[in-house]
Amino acid sequence: MSRLRSGARQIWQVASIPLLAIVLAFIVAAVVIVVSSLFTSTGFEPLLPLAAYASLLAGAFGSGTGIANTLVAAAPLILGGLAVGLGFKAGLFNIGVAGQFLVGAFSAAVVGANLADAPAAIGVPAAMVAGALGGAAFGFIPGFLKARTGAHEVVTTIMLNNAAVLLLTWAVNDLVRAPGFSFPRTGPIGNSALPILLGRNLHLGIPLAVLTVFAVRWLLDRTTLGFEIRTVGQNPNAARYAGMRPIFITALTMTLSGLLAGVAGAIQMLGVIGFYAPGITASVGFDSIAVALLGRSNPIGILFAAILFGAFRAGAPLMQIETSVPVEVIDIIQALVILFLAADLIVRRVFRIRAPKVEITELKTVTQSWAGTASGTPPP
Amino acid sequence: MEAIGTLLRLIWELAVYLVTVLPDMLPIILFLATPLALGALCGVLGERSGVVNIGIEGIMLMAAFFGYLTGFALHNVIGSGASLALGIVVAVFVGALLGLVHAWLTVSVRADQIIAGTMMNIAAFGVTGYLNRLIITPSGLGGAGVIAPFHLPDAVGNLPLIGPVLVMFFDQGPIAMSVLFIVIVLQIALFRTKWGLRTRAVGEHPKAADTVGIDVYRQRYQNVIFGCALAGLAGAFLTLESTGSFQNGMTGGRGFIALAAMIFGRWTPLGAFGGALLFGTATALGVVINVRVPEGDLGTVLKSIPTFWYAALPYLMTIVILAGVVGRSTPPAADGVPYIKEGKS
Repeated sequence: MSRLRSGARQIWQVASIPLLAIVLAFIVAAVVIVVSSLFTSTGFEPLLPLAAYASLLAGAFGSGTGIANTLVAAAPLILGGLAVGLGFKAGLFNIGVAGQFLVGAFSAAVVGANLADAPAAIGVPAAMVAGALGGAAFGFIPGFLKARTGAHEVVTTIMLNNAAVLLLTWAVNDLVRAPGFSFPRTGPIGNSALPILLGRNLHLGIPLAVLTVFAVRWLLDRTTLGFEIRTVGQNPNAARYAGMRPIFITALTMTLSGLLAGVAGAIQMLGVIGFYAPGITASVGFDSIAVALLGRSNPIGILFAAILFGAFRAGAPLMQIETSVPVEVIDIIQALVILFLAADLIVRRVFRIRAPKVEITELKTVTQSWAGTASGTPPP
Repeated sequence: MEAIGTLLRLIWELAVYLVTVLPDMLPIILFLATPLALGALCGVLGERSGVVNIGIEGIMLMAAFFGYLTGFALHNVIGSGASLALGIVVAVFVGALLGLVHAWLTVSVRADQIIAGTMMNIAAFGVTGYLNRLIITPSGLGGAGVIAPFHLPDAVGNLPLIGPVLVMFFDQGPIAMSVLFIVIVLQIALFRTKWGLRTRAVGEHPKAADTVGIDVYRQRYQNVIFGCALAGLAGAFLTLESTGSFQNGMTGGRGFIALAAMIFGRWTPLGAFGGALLFGTATALGVVINVRVPEGDLGTVLKSIPTFWYAALPYLMTIVILAGVVGRSTPPAADGVPYIKEGKS
């Protein structure tokens, strides 16, 4: 009994601030919804947030279809969250998940379309590998630049996100446009589509994403590489004195992070979208950051956080249809969650609790490397 | 051998072409550089005092939206001129307000500065997208238009040599016109006044600054708030002086290009302005080449490069410049490090 209680206390210590941050985010977002209802034709609606949250919940969990949609939306977020979380572990902030996701999706779409008539046993793995490699290559660029020149990944990955959108639009227009469609897009993927395991849309990518959670956990906790990644994240200088290669680890971690984001793009492409067309937007990018922070960059934590944000994304359309509350309220909630995690002081004050600080210590390395104190000269 | 000859000839033709179009390009360059320069100044002010702000993008977006919303809501009531002017004031105020939030988070709460900035960017994307869908889109109405640019008399513009330069800086709307002035004032203020010395002291060695009686927290608050007001002005430029409309995510990475311009300019206002002009030139090139196609082989070559590549040029250039410059420039020593006053926990 006492063991049960101490176990529960441990979970509460880890999860209390993230959970309360979510509660607080929903409360503040409710205020936003009420205040903004003043400016619409319907006028002041004090109960609108309750109605909105009820249909959000119904859309995400209220039916078999809802739960399926939640899981489908969660799968790329699990992989994207792992991508950001893995970067955090090495003291790197990969804001480039959006771009790596798009490159992964594009690569998978092109290879998948070319192997559309091949047997699925060839087409599916080939398209998945293409997506993974595309993402990895796109993650390697900022990783290599950070390692060799110190160009901070926060700026380079965002620039690559913008460049990816433009260059992929060009590629679809001029290089791989499929004939016979009224708008630029890649061809149908045919047999390369991920098999549907259950129901209408539960595809193979979902169990794959869950397996990846445990693979990343194993990598970080049980391998030498994982140990090196964590050491570089905690203190690059100490890692160097211990004979590790922070430069190599930085480039490799960013590549692996890009690979995970690329796989996220590939499963979304082969399991849900089916073809690449300009205008495919990746809210996965920002969502993944929130997921990784909420999961405290722990793979298991990321799994739960991704399901939560998957539920938001799956439920939001119904909320907008039924209550006219714009889906962008999810972005606001997301920002608020990050705010309350970054400034957990607020959560402590509001709920009067004494849980330990939730900060991800490796983030210090991210911020210090902005000013060059983490990778080059020792801090003053 | 022949290939090298052709290449050299093309490079020569490109140089000649650039020199001939440059006078016409100058005003476009400043126009495109304006939001980048103001954003970069926001970065300079913050980081010189030791606060990293990667939320400039979000602050610009919020200010752009609320400035636009002001004009949108009031132009039928108080006329478009007055509503545009009020829109600029609102945008600057929104920028300063968000600066207060960022300063509170980074200086007082000592939250992670990069995460605080990320939060700002996501929040801005969410709030503006939310209100845009709720208020502006369903109304189907337009905004207050744009502020009319000032036009120099043709006689001045036709002056040899200085004419195009005068046109560059004065044939503009009020915000673009004031950029050079703001840059010069800040350059002098940062390196020649007591305020500037204090700012740099707080950014280089806050503890030493504290010992001689400088209020580190107050100085950082001041700088971040004032800097973000400038980012707000950049936002006002985008909606009220440049496009006259609002689209979701319309800042398009300008806040981050501004940071690259800041690093390129080694954390000085004048240098940051130079960086912004460089990015403005890269963007302007894509515009001009499509409007005034050069003759002969050069035209064929330049036209054969897809427009999407020209559009991606500023982003790719940011990466190249960062990779080339960062290792060789030194940021303020206490950049990104929260200050904990002794005796406080």
